[in-house]
Amino acid sequence: MRRPLLLSVLPRDGSGRSFLGLVAACAVVVPVLNLLVPPSSPLHLSTYVLTLIGKYLCYAMLAVAVDLVWGFCGILSLGHAAFFALGGYAMGMYLMRQIGPRGVYGNPILPDFMVFLNWKELPWFWYGFDHFAFAMLMVVVVPGVLAFAFGYLAFRSRVTGVYLSIITQALSYALMLSFFRNDMGFGGNNGFTDFKDLLGFNLQTDATRVVLLVSSALALGISYLASRFIEASRAGRVIRAIRDAESRTRFLGYRVENYKLWIFVFSAVVAGVAGALYVPQVGIINPSEFAPINSIEVVIWVAVGGRGSLHGAALGAILVNYAKTFFTGALPEVWLYALGALFVLTTIFLPRGLMGLLPERRRAAEVS
Amino acid sequence: MAALLCLVVSAAPVTAQPANEAFPAALAELPDAGFADKEAIVARLVETGHSSTAAVLTAMLEDRLYVRTSDHRVFITTSADDTQTSFSLIDPLTLKGAGASPAGELTKIDTNNRLRRVLRTTTARFALSNPDPGVRLSAVTDMLRSLDDATADLLRQRQPQEPDARVRREIETGLAMMALADANPTARLAAVQTLASRRSAEVRNRLGALLERSGDGAYAEPDAAVRQAANQAVQRIDFVRGLYSGVETVFFGLSLGSVLVLAAIGLAITFGVMGVINMAHGELMMLGAYTTYVVQTLMPNHLEWSIPVSIPAAFIVAGLAGVVLERTIIRFLYGRPLETLLATFGVSLVLQQLVRTVFTANNRAVAAPSWMSGTIQINEALAITYNRLYIVGFTLAVFTLLLAVLRRTRLGLQIRAVSQNRGMARAMGIRSARVDAMTFGLGAGIAGVAGVALSQLTNVGPNLGQAYIIDSFMVVVFGGVGNLWGTLIGGMSLGMINKLLEPYAGAVLGKIAVLVTLILFIQRRPRGLFPQTGRAAEGA
Repeated sequence: MRRPLLLSVLPRDGSGRSFLGLVAACAVVVPVLNLLVPPSSPLHLSTYVLTLIGKYLCYAMLAVAVDLVWGFCGILSLGHAAFFALGGYAMGMYLMRQIGPRGVYGNPILPDFMVFLNWKELPWFWYGFDHFAFAMLMVVVVPGVLAFAFGYLAFRSRVTGVYLSIITQALSYALMLSFFRNDMGFGGNNGFTDFKDLLGFNLQTDATRVVLLVSSALALGISYLASRFIEASRAGRVIRAIRDAESRTRFLGYRVENYKLWIFVFSAVVAGVAGALYVPQVGIINPSEFAPINSIEVVIWVAVGGRGSLHGAALGAILVNYAKTFFTGALPEVWLYALGALFVLTTIFLPRGLMGLLPERRRAAEVS
Repeated sequence: MAALLCLVVSAAPVTAQPANEAFPAALAELPDAGFADKEAIVARLVETGHSSTAAVLTAMLEDRLYVRTSDHRVFITTSADDTQTSFSLIDPLTLKGAGASPAGELTKIDTNNRLRRVLRTTTARFALSNPDPGVRLSAVTDMLRSLDDATADLLRQRQPQEPDARVRREIETGLAMMALADANPTARLAAVQTLASRRSAEVRNRLGALLERSGDGAYAEPDAAVRQAANQAVQRIDFVRGLYSGVETVFFGLSLGSVLVLAAIGLAITFGVMGVINMAHGELMMLGAYTTYVVQTLMPNHLEWSIPVSIPAAFIVAGLAGVVLERTIIRFLYGRPLETLLATFGVSLVLQQLVRTVFTANNRAVAAPSWMSGTIQINEALAITYNRLYIVGFTLAVFTLLLAVLRRTRLGLQIRAVSQNRGMARAMGIRSARVDAMTFGLGAGIAGVAGVALSQLTNVGPNLGQAYIIDSFMVVVFGGVGNLWGTLIGGMSLGMINKLLEPYAGAVLGKIAVLVTLILFIQRRPRGLFPQTGRAAEGA
């Protein structure tokens, strides 16, 4: 029996609903604890923690994007950090233009690094980034177009498995090297920083940070629901069939490359949006975000949380990053040992990630 | 006159007695003398025939002659770097070490252009009469860079008595370069014809200068016949130099390719033959590099032997690490290649941190043995450094050895059998678990050996592995998984493309171009240069 569209979007399984509830609670409780509870109260949440949670939510969104292609379509992308960073750079360009004459050199048009490099006018690809709407369009379009061009070539040529992973890594590596060059016009290895405001709101105030956090939670919720919708649709079933038996699906008459291409592009766009929300919260974007190691880390969050379970991936991202924050603060020299051991142990003992620990009954409900 | 000097220098020990007084006396006058007086003092120093004259004059020329304010004594310092706070001193009479002194207590004995010219001529004269032909050759080569009438005179005097053919040829070059300015066109023509057979950049520039026009349209060389000859000579030299710079680029490409092959070849075994994506491969190389460091620390007095000792040591260390890795982690993950990526990535983090804990996060200095440094000067236009040459040779040796192990030994046979059809191999009585461990150990051991080579090329630090892991995977994927020849040809071509692009695009842009080319190449050939065919390919 078909359910109405709006209802079919809502997950039927308990863990999916609890996840959405958690995200929603996060979007409500954290702002209240930060803005309304006085700083003297033990329940008060500092701005630092607020920003940290906002950051985790962006990572969770990136993990959902990676899980969508890896968990459901079997494409192990080692280049999703690149889409994340591209979205971030698009947002960064808008924020740089917003600085206006408040930069160190006080040039009303050119960002500081261009003045420093003795550039006389804005390069053409910076046009339009002073408009928020245009910048947001680019957040979606740039990763989307790159994913489309790359995916179109790769999937049509039937590049699969390890080969695909390695060339996505090559893509990300090539982008990193390009963005490191000063001539590219993206600030070289310093990237963009010193942002002042977003849509006229000062980025340093708690209220703006709360709005960013709520937006991140909203974006995570929406991308989760959209991904669940795709997963539950007819196309979603074809996509899972591709993961399990690609040749067989092709022989049944499905255009495997088209399905792969669209899921890849959608995932890249989600990653781009996550990057765009990430940058104003951390206040910096530089080429090291493209580093291949970052993409591998994302894959690891997904693996820890549970490949093939979207909320598992999101929780994995949050847990691993929380552990990272905790260990690097408390026991910096232990962190890499702990992280390394975590990967080894999860892959060997928890092939389905933390979600595999859930009781059988609930997992069965999830699958159906 | 040079003959006379030759006599004086060689007779120096005999006449040392009077020199022992005249030399320090002249030396003591140096600090307070004006530039013109210094010239006279230099002449007196030469006349004394003291055995350290050459050393003192060279030091003076190189700004290494100082006077100590406290006792007004003249010293040679070991370094001309005047930013340092303390200098170590050499006594100018005995040429033995004389302790150190803070920079504040020393005043440099200044020279001016004219004095430096005199000094250069004088020291060159000493060098020209040196019994070692190598010293004479480099002296002449130095003189060619700053030719004037005085140096030309020296060369002309030396020419008839020079026994060594190479030195004679250099002297001839120098005299011909001087003769280009001769008033007689026949002499100039002869000089151009002599120079046409040379290949150095100096000669090319001198000849090119003849063909230039000044502002009023007159050629620098008035005689048309000489100009024509010079033009031909320039074209010839340009052609030959172009050819050699091509050879040099190809050699650079080969040596970079060798490094890539060396880094990737162990991966070709673990990844290609076993289907394990070993992200810790870079860290196994790092272990090899650190093994070299430890070996050098353990035997500090036998630096030249450290590399031959390190190679087997690194093979054993990294190989054992590989066997342990396989037995404890990898064996649970066979058939799940993408998950080996995650687990081995975890291992790589642990190994990096382990190295940071044991050796600290700082880079470690690994010294190059003397036989690794230096260059072979093939001719004026082409020089090849020894370490690059050794890397190419070493890579080929490792490759051949590995190929022999896989093709000719019992282990190799078993490795190939297990990788092609595990079930069948087991049915034939091959203990596949043991073979897996040995294969992984072999791949890891090769990574360790590659680390020894890398320790001679880059910084040895905890991040050494990460720098090479991506390139290694590119090479294996480009060449085709499961094919050693593919790795060799893939690595060499990637290195070559990189170096061929570098002159036009710069290092970073060249690398980006290579990566993009690789991405596009994989579209054309989704399974690399040499794809696996037949049944083995289906499982991959």
